[in-house]
Amino acid sequence: MALIDEATLTGPRSAVRPPDQRRRRRRAEAAAGYAFLSPWLLGFFALTAGPMLASLYLAFTNYNLFASPEWVGLDNFTMLFSDPRFIQSAKVTGIYVLVGTPVKLVAALAVAMLLNNRRRGQGLYRSVFYAPSLIGASVSIAIVWKAMFIDQGIVDKIGQSVGVNWGGWVGNPDMTMPMFVLLTVWQFGAPMVIFLAGLKQIPAELYEAASVDGAGPVRKFFKITLPMLSPVLFFNLLLETIHSFQIFASAFIISGGTGGPAGSTLFYTLYLYQRGFQDFRMGYASAMAWVLVVVVGIITLLFFRSSKFWVHYSGEGK
Amino acid sequence: MTTNPTLPATTGMAAVVSEEASRALRRRNRTTSRVTSVLFHVFVLAVSAVVLYPALWMLVSSLKPTSEIVGNTSLVPENASLANFATALDGIGGVSFWTFFWNSMLLGVLSVIGIALSASVSAYAFARIDFPGRSLWFALMIATLLLPFHVVIIPQYIVFNNVGLVNTYVPLLIGKFLAAEAFFVFLMVQFMRNLPRELDEAARIDGAGHVRIFRSIMLPLMKPALVTSSIFAFIWSWNDFFGPLLYLKDPALYSLPIALRLFVDQTSTSDYGAQMAMAVLALIPVMLFFLVFQRYLVEGVATQGLKG
Repeated sequence: MALIDEATLTGPRSAVRPPDQRRRRRRAEAAAGYAFLSPWLLGFFALTAGPMLASLYLAFTNYNLFASPEWVGLDNFTMLFSDPRFIQSAKVTGIYVLVGTPVKLVAALAVAMLLNNRRRGQGLYRSVFYAPSLIGASVSIAIVWKAMFIDQGIVDKIGQSVGVNWGGWVGNPDMTMPMFVLLTVWQFGAPMVIFLAGLKQIPAELYEAASVDGAGPVRKFFKITLPMLSPVLFFNLLLETIHSFQIFASAFIISGGTGGPAGSTLFYTLYLYQRGFQDFRMGYASAMAWVLVVVVGIITLLFFRSSKFWVHYSGEGK
Repeated sequence: MTTNPTLPATTGMAAVVSEEASRALRRRNRTTSRVTSVLFHVFVLAVSAVVLYPALWMLVSSLKPTSEIVGNTSLVPENASLANFATALDGIGGVSFWTFFWNSMLLGVLSVIGIALSASVSAYAFARIDFPGRSLWFALMIATLLLPFHVVIIPQYIVFNNVGLVNTYVPLLIGKFLAAEAFFVFLMVQFMRNLPRELDEAARIDGAGHVRIFRSIMLPLMKPALVTSSIFAFIWSWNDFFGPLLYLKDPALYSLPIALRLFVDQTSTSDYGAQMAMAVLALIPVMLFFLVFQRYLVEGVATQGLKG
């Protein structure tokens, strides 16, 4: 560090340092960089990269935690696609992602637009709507949800009072999916907060100008709001989609860990858990994990590839 | 819809919006604003009631005897009592509720410490030090944000099992001390990048090294990012179900979420009252955090979302 002092004290002539000094300084910077990065680097290799490679290897073996792994080639993968429970878990998760995510984001956008004004109480409403996002994935809420949707429970009672007899949703394979979709939609607050922040960035003049030109609310929404909001929409869509694939605790609690009734709550991660940590078929579970990684990877890639057609980064200088 | 009556006619668009037209627009807005304002609040309050209902129902049900919970939509307990809470506090299988509570608290506090230390140090490297390979590591860090953690959980479990660390807190905490949750590193990198560079440049000219700059300039300025990270770190640790389910076998070590699950399994006769009471107790710290820090939380989500 004395070098810098010298350089600054002796003025502009010595500001251009000799090459070996510069090299020494660059080496010191590199050392400092890796020293500061070392916690993350260690974590990355020991807890992410290493285990990823290990599970890639395990995916091609039979391993039960006790005997040593036995190489079986592609057997796990071929078995997966003829395993009716695996197909069921992929189906359940797929429907959940495809239905739950859009419904949740539509709700989030609708409420965000409703709140996007200068009326009083906005901060309070925003916090109230955000609260479920903090607790929605907890075991407590899963227990409450189950109690609400059982036979003769309050949802059943509310249905009866308006003349619908849907009975208990928990025990009915046709109704468990709507129950989980409602649970995720209930947590619309987090994407709503992000939408709201995005809406506030849209200049009010755009709307004023559009009004003067005679544009109605629908036109304004499609021509101003949606394009201006598309980067935020992209972010929410990507994150919520990836997040939806990983639902676990609520499915585990509501079905008692079984994925029932009739496999209707057998979400992907729940089946992975059953295979890996109840049957101790670690090779098979690793194969499942890698299928999930590939699927999530492809979806992420598609999102980014498609973004240039519908995500507009104009005006914000990004 | 979102035209703002209080905003003065803006300069940039003056050519597009004539003075006269925007004045007319504002006048019309003012006359209808009172009516729409009332409608707005009625509607938003109705939505709030729907959103809050499950939480309020849980709270009220925890005060009712089980026979009055199932199918009772009312939010007024007729025979309010704390009997359910007494049952819940008794715990499960000879382990008191408070054991689970303090276990969760210990895990939460250690998570906060681990993340605050490891993520801030690592973020400093990404945000402030120029070293070869930085952009590669940064890209890999971002990639882990999107990676389903299930792909690492099986080998991790095998290793922890082989070295005898299953049924300890080490597997649950080691990742926090090694900045394995990329979200926090990312959050702090974004925050640090917005701090003026002149600060550390001046310090460097005065002869300060990276350790000094980090400790005496960056850390104090990073307080908002540290607070936001700590709140999320605590709440996520508090609510975590998968990790404890995998690694904790001895009920005396259980954190609240898996204790809650055991409680639900054991009261198979469906003692909903006691279940609700325990569910409420388990959420109290989260709700307290939320009430105290709601601004930090909501602002944190809002700004992080936009910077992604």
